[in-house]
Amino acid sequence: MSTVEREVSRRPEPDALEPETELLTVNMGPHHPATHGVLRLVVQLEGEVVREVKPVVGYVHTGIEKSCEDKSYWKVIPFVERMDYLAYYFNMEAFCGAVEQLLELEIPPRAKYLRTIHLELNRIHSHLVWLGTSALDIGAISMFWYCFRERDRVLDLFEMSSGQRMHTRYFQVGGVIEDIPTGFAARLRAFCEEMPRRVDQYEALLDHNEIFLRRTRNVGIVPRQRLLELGVSGPLLRAAGEPWDLRKAMPTLAYADLDFKIPVGTVGDGYDRYRVRLAEVRESVRIIGQALEGLPEGPHIADQRKVVLPPRSELSTSMEALIHHFKLVTEGYRVPAGEAYYAIEGPRGELGCFVLSDGSSKPARVHVRDPSFANLQALHDMCLDGYVADLIQNLAMLDPILGGIDR
Amino acid sequence: MPDAPGLELIRQQIDEASPGAILDTSFDRRQAALICDPERVLDVLRWLHDTPGQEYRFLSSVHCADYLPAEPRFGVHYELLNMPRIERIRVKAMLSDPAASNGGAAASADPAAPGREAEEAAGMGALPEIDSCVELFPGAEFHEREVYDFFGIVFRGHPDLRRILLPEDYTGWPLRRDFPIGGEPVLFTHNEPSSPGWFE
Repeated sequence: MSTVEREVSRRPEPDALEPETELLTVNMGPHHPATHGVLRLVVQLEGEVVREVKPVVGYVHTGIEKSCEDKSYWKVIPFVERMDYLAYYFNMEAFCGAVEQLLELEIPPRAKYLRTIHLELNRIHSHLVWLGTSALDIGAISMFWYCFRERDRVLDLFEMSSGQRMHTRYFQVGGVIEDIPTGFAARLRAFCEEMPRRVDQYEALLDHNEIFLRRTRNVGIVPRQRLLELGVSGPLLRAAGEPWDLRKAMPTLAYADLDFKIPVGTVGDGYDRYRVRLAEVRESVRIIGQALEGLPEGPHIADQRKVVLPPRSELSTSMEALIHHFKLVTEGYRVPAGEAYYAIEGPRGELGCFVLSDGSSKPARVHVRDPSFANLQALHDMCLDGYVADLIQNLAMLDPILGGIDR
Repeated sequence: MPDAPGLELIRQQIDEASPGAILDTSFDRRQAALICDPERVLDVLRWLHDTPGQEYRFLSSVHCADYLPAEPRFGVHYELLNMPRIERIRVKAMLSDPAASNGGAAASADPAAPGREAEEAAGMGALPEIDSCVELFPGAEFHEREVYDFFGIVFRGHPDLRRILLPEDYTGWPLRRDFPIGGEPVLFTHNEPSSPGWFE
């Protein structure tokens, strides 16, 4: 726990190597629980030391981007949700934001706050799954159960507001599909009260765990400059000391009104990555608390009948509403020709969505810049000349989601 | 994003540094884009990367869009980010399809048509080419491989240009607009006998 200990290099001594210099090629994956999905790593080993890592991806490629070109805009939302399956609200927000930019549609303030609340809940959920599975990789099995207990509380909240636990389709172009139900605010407040105490417990479990500290400290350090060159963003970049967060840099939604901090690390090792993510959970709880207190009154979806479905109650009385409903459900709305790239800060980094519209009711191209895809390139730098056991730790702290990488 | 006058200033400065590299600019819905000559895309990217006061050092994404039936048809987009100034700029290089000019058969819509095999057999020559920016932005490696995988755009000088998401033996460029949706038969136990040779 002393600072002196952290300065000791974890790179193996040259004479500590096996006597033979023959390289052994080992295939890790695609089906290994420690790869966090269907990731294959072709590793070249010299004794126990990693000399080369090549990630092979594409095992869960489902052609979502191509499928999106055949769907009208409002039907694309459930498709993009299923890319990064732990950050579905972020995928929705990236796509809806890009389409709103093309439509030049401003969403009402209440929708902005509701979106912010759900995005931050999703960030907590994503970080909890990361913490549980990563601690499991490093040998702390009990963390998994504790994290999944709190994750279920987040999913309960999602179920309450949208009816679904995962892949909720809650965000719509123009706002959110429904206002939050009665009782949601009270349960959210209770969650916000409890969550910091839970984070304290996680820290108590891991921060005094000798095995965890020894396996994460001074492992997988990549210089900040190199991370920027590789296009790495999110907690990995912040752990290396770069205070870059799109929520602060280019605030969208309600982030400009809220008070929160950007946690950064100093060393950039696995331990810093863990600390940054846990601190982000605390900040997310603060954001949710503020957004809930400041939740403005008003409509939850824009009053733009050419894009947004009319309220159900109007269908039986208003001919106009029925026509709009019919047009929107059958053909969908048309988006003026143009292209937009809209990026937000996802739990793993910059999540950008590029949408090209040709003026019809279906997008001509949807591309998602997934943070895991770019971040995975840093794995080589993290693992090179380290021990093979550290590779597992590096991969765990990298937090790749293969659904997002393969799309 | 730089505003519209800021974009024109950047264009003017690039014009002075390398005349003719920028073909056009567009400022649409608060997004700035430079449309550049595909042969000189590296000049433009290097200028944006290296010039003091510009520092577009972070490459968010490289992706491609097929503008069919427009000509030139492929647009390779570089989304650049200037972190100190918090600005984004898009560099767009439009590429035409060399297969379309020497006979329309090669660009046939049917993946099973003989034209596709001919296109494959013809090798890299029939594919559109552009310079790779991996030396400038090492993070572009995966993104360029993805563009190659989906659109068949060859990045000259890329260290390891292979398919990344699709299987290595896949033929065709599926995200092109003339590639049909739903062409892959899914194998189940009941239709295994009717698809002989699938395992080869």
